[in-house]
Amino acid sequence: MREICLHLLDLAENSVSAGARTITIAVSEDLSADLLQVSLADDGRGMTPAVMAQVTDPFYTSRTTRKVGLGIPLLKEAAEACRGRLEIVSQPGEGTAITAVFQHSHIDRMPLGDLASTLLNLLTAHPEIHWIFFYSRQQPGEAEPYRFDFDDAPLKEVLDGLSLTHPHVLTYLRETLEAGLQGVQA
Amino acid sequence: MPTVKSLEDLKRIREEALQKRAIKTAAGNIQIIVGMGTPGIAAGARDTLREFLTQIEQRSLENIQVRQTGNLGMDSWEPIVQVQIGDAPIVNYGKVTPFGAVRIIEEHVLGGKPVDAYLIPVEKE
Repeated sequence: MREICLHLLDLAENSVSAGARTITIAVSEDLSADLLQVSLADDGRGMTPAVMAQVTDPFYTSRTTRKVGLGIPLLKEAAEACRGRLEIVSQPGEGTAITAVFQHSHIDRMPLGDLASTLLNLLTAHPEIHWIFFYSRQQPGEAEPYRFDFDDAPLKEVLDGLSLTHPHVLTYLRETLEAGLQGVQA
Repeated sequence: MPTVKSLEDLKRIREEALQKRAIKTAAGNIQIIVGMGTPGIAAGARDTLREFLTQIEQRSLENIQVRQTGNLGMDSWEPIVQVQIGDAPIVNYGKVTPFGAVRIIEEHVLGGKPVDAYLIPVEKE
């Protein structure tokens, strides 16, 4: 997987499989500290310490269809190759939070990819999930970071059952995300 | 928050959509499911899913639900797409590129005829 966004999709799918009802994705570009931080937190069933110890092992997977699970090990390797790290915090019955940190300017850092399009995918293709997105970008020399926050709960309340894949709703969502996320540097 | 549109805009969209729906006769509901497990994503499923959304938007297609699911257990066929129109049996497509997504929309969803080139052959036991 050559984009961080593809890893986000992968992690989100793990959260859905873990029975999550709310998934929060946060992307933060700190250009003054030269860091790119991507995190995903869910309220799924969480992992025991024993499972936690195994998830970064490529030969571990909770899936029964195959015997390898490469998603998390690949992301860990990618982050560590860019002077970063992968952190996983999980509590059985409460949820899991995964954070990947990269050196923003590292030559080996994979591109973030199309974040607006990725979030649109998640939002529309998993309407049963409550999605929350946070994006921030701190430019060197600027006092305040640029922020874009998105929570789909008020939108779903307005839509009151109208499909998120209705063409006009899709346009609304796409334009909202694209406007909020224009200027992403990673 | 720098949103170009407000919740009021969304309310208007909803009202217009409901008015339109009231006039229209019920065309069968169409479900498109894209496999987005790790192998699906690695094989390009995100771009395939994106193309379905683009087609819905550009052609203004209503009554189509696009969903994603985890690993479908047929890795060599990724990206896998399942299409169900109304009560018809589910059609399984494999190796669906964004171009394949356009063909599925044109020929299957709009034309009513499954696209042979992407069909996953039924395994003979």
